[in-house]
Amino acid sequence: MKELTLEAVAENIPAVTDFVNTELETLGCSFAVQAQIDIAIDELFGNIANYAYKPGTGPATVQVEIEDDPVSVIITFLDNGKAFNPLEREDPDITLPARKRKPGGLGIFMVRKTMDNVDYEYREGKNILRIRKKI
Amino acid sequence: MLNLEEKQEESQLTIVLDGRIDTSTAPLLQAAVDPLPPAVNHVVLDFAKVDYISSAGLRVLLNLEQNLEETDGKLELSHVSDLIRDVFDITGFLDILTLI
Repeated sequence: MKELTLEAVAENIPAVTDFVNTELETLGCSFAVQAQIDIAIDELFGNIANYAYKPGTGPATVQVEIEDDPVSVIITFLDNGKAFNPLEREDPDITLPARKRKPGGLGIFMVRKTMDNVDYEYREGKNILRIRKKI
Repeated sequence: MLNLEEKQEESQLTIVLDGRIDTSTAPLLQAAVDPLPPAVNHVVLDFAKVDYISSAGLRVLLNLEQNLEETDGKLELSHVSDLIRDVFDITGFLDILTLI
């Protein structure tokens, strides 16, 4: 397992993306799957940056693990901020006309649709959000 | 990284986008279209060189579509790749955006 800890600010999203992509490159990951994973990182690390320690900031840790059979990547996001389970959020209504659409909830909705598994737990004062994607 | 190349011809504003539209870059697109120049009621976003779009970018597109609908304007997206089209499909944006 590889691990990276850094301040949970939006400016650090590219550093997290680079860290994960370096691991994905060793697996021959397709561009399409890598794009889905990069979007998930933007959504999940962005959520921590925007909400976990509001109005202050704090650290976030990103762990990357590779599993065999089927080859999958597991990415875990940990923070010590306010307990928040994004999976409890109601899905946005994606059938409404544009003028009635609300902008909220699209990020976590996309992550749930594109990843093979997403789970959340709050343990020992930490938000732990884990995504799994077959490569 | 996201680069924007803007060109206005009468009431049409064309923006060629190059890069990723995500949390860190969506504000650049937002700044380019909100507010729109007073004469503009037709916006074309060229997506040929867009690698991916996250929800931060979708929020800008939704806001722009809503603003242009209110003023009887028009938003069109050109050269949308299959990858970006998938994102629009998953989020129901294919139903509210005009792809040309």
